[in-house]
Amino acid sequence: MTLSVLYALAGVGLFVLALHGLIVHAHLLRKVLALNIMGSGVFLIMVALARRATEAPDPVPHAMVITGIVVAVSATALALVLLLRLKEVTGRTELDEDQTPS
Amino acid sequence: MSNELNTMPWIVWVILIPLIGAMLCFMWPRRGKLLGMITTLITGFTAFMLYLQLLDHGVIRYALGGWGAPLGIDLYADGLSVLMLLMTALVGLGVSLYGVGYFKQDGENPAGFWPLWLLMWAGLNGLFLAGDVFNLYVTLELLGLSAVALVALAGSKEALSAAMRYLLVSLLGSLCYLLGVVLLYHAYGTVDIQLLGALVNSNPATYGALGLMVTAMMLKSALFPLHFWLPPAHASAPAPISALLSALVVKASFYLLLRLWFDVFPAVTTVDIGLVLGTLGAAAILWGSIQALRQTRLKLLVAYSTVAQLGYLFLPFALLSPIAWQGGVYLMLSHALAKAAMFMAAGNILKYGGHDRIADLDRVAQRLPITMTAFCLAGVSLMGLPPSGGFIAKWLLLEAALTHNQWVWAAVMIIGGLLAAGYVFKVVGYAFTKADSPHDARPVPLTMEWAALGLAAGAIILGLNAHYPLALLDIGKPFAGMSP
Repeated sequence: MTLSVLYALAGVGLFVLALHGLIVHAHLLRKVLALNIMGSGVFLIMVALARRATEAPDPVPHAMVITGIVVAVSATALALVLLLRLKEVTGRTELDEDQTPS
Repeated sequence: MSNELNTMPWIVWVILIPLIGAMLCFMWPRRGKLLGMITTLITGFTAFMLYLQLLDHGVIRYALGGWGAPLGIDLYADGLSVLMLLMTALVGLGVSLYGVGYFKQDGENPAGFWPLWLLMWAGLNGLFLAGDVFNLYVTLELLGLSAVALVALAGSKEALSAAMRYLLVSLLGSLCYLLGVVLLYHAYGTVDIQLLGALVNSNPATYGALGLMVTAMMLKSALFPLHFWLPPAHASAPAPISALLSALVVKASFYLLLRLWFDVFPAVTTVDIGLVLGTLGAAAILWGSIQALRQTRLKLLVAYSTVAQLGYLFLPFALLSPIAWQGGVYLMLSHALAKAAMFMAAGNILKYGGHDRIADLDRVAQRLPITMTAFCLAGVSLMGLPPSGGFIAKWLLLEAALTHNQWVWAAVMIIGGLLAAGYVFKVVGYAFTKADSPHDARPVPLTMEWAALGLAAGAIILGLNAHYPLALLDIGKPFAGMSP
């Protein structure tokens, strides 16, 4: 097993672990963090797989990762603002199980 | 058409104009209404010019900055993408007109609406014109984030919870999609849709990508049983935004699924996967319609109706014939117009009565005749009665099912139509009668009433002119890659 495959597998591990966290944790901050870790997992896979055989690393995935990080930062910012507003209005940091607006 | 107009890169302008408009509206929030309206008109004009260009030249490919694929970013326009652009422009015009009236009253937050809506429009147009799967990811996120922000605009407890839930679902979907992109790039060394289509063959990475991407799009298009986030998000947003979400945003991810299905994965998609999607679609039709019938709140009823109508879009995956695909795309168009009109009508009723409890509707038909006409015309299209666009769509779908003796699908469609009639008439019935607790009517701006009526009329007119959209769909033959 080469080093890049190991990194890629670690990325897959992060993705799955974070997906589990996203589902089981009720606290919204944990959910936002889980999504961030999922994103990091994807980026790790992307960069790891960019290194093919003996050639120089492929620059295109790196460009994609940078774009992805920009997207992740904006998404996290929006999520945090929403979380703060939700805390302000409801006093809670979890979503209700009951989804129907009353 | 003069030569300069004909050679302008409209494909770029149709993305840039709403983006510029969004910036301007953000910088001068007090001029938002004027700037937003101007941007709406210019964007509509550029979409129309792109349409004329497409008729002249056929499929358009544009290399941004002159770099070209595989290194640069390509924009790509064929009949399907231009049809989506025109649909967006039409609904967008209606929503902008409606927004001018809606955000006039106090208590609403107009500052956020215009920049976010125009940003979302830029995302939509970018998504419809993206030529590679990574660009699709970026535009998908642009669209998702602005849609979430729009839902949160109402600021109420319900709206914030719905927005949060929507954001989590949307990001989960996007990340799954992105992982699919990574696998495809790893396996084939390109993200260009057409190059991928030629290279894709059956290997584990491809199946992994297919599974991740299709699941992501099912989640984002709210296909049963992944629809749980849609009703609260669509019902708790302000009316013009509900119209946008139901009419356009869920269609964007469905469009993306079509692109993947026909252009990226035609070599590995099987009848079985199509059958699963079709079955879930059929379940969505029945479940969504029954839930809609059970609702006591008007906006939730309309939102569950969206879940049901989205189900029809997935039937062609199982019906496997070009006619079914035409029907599916036609349903997407007519539903966009009809559902936007219906949410606007619901918004008018909410504004007029201060509530949207269906049983307490007090003589709406007499006091808001234009709104009620819009609601009924939109309902006609949702039920699939002639001469509406919904009728043509369901006719094409039924024809596809019956010519191949697939009676089960036909039965589901007919039951879905009957249930739709049930929930539309439930509202109409209460609208004519006096409620137990009569109340005064609050005035509704005329632009809001006429915007709803205009879009509802559009859904009917779509049924009388089925030829043009279907002919446009033939340019670039997006459905050529399918098995007969």
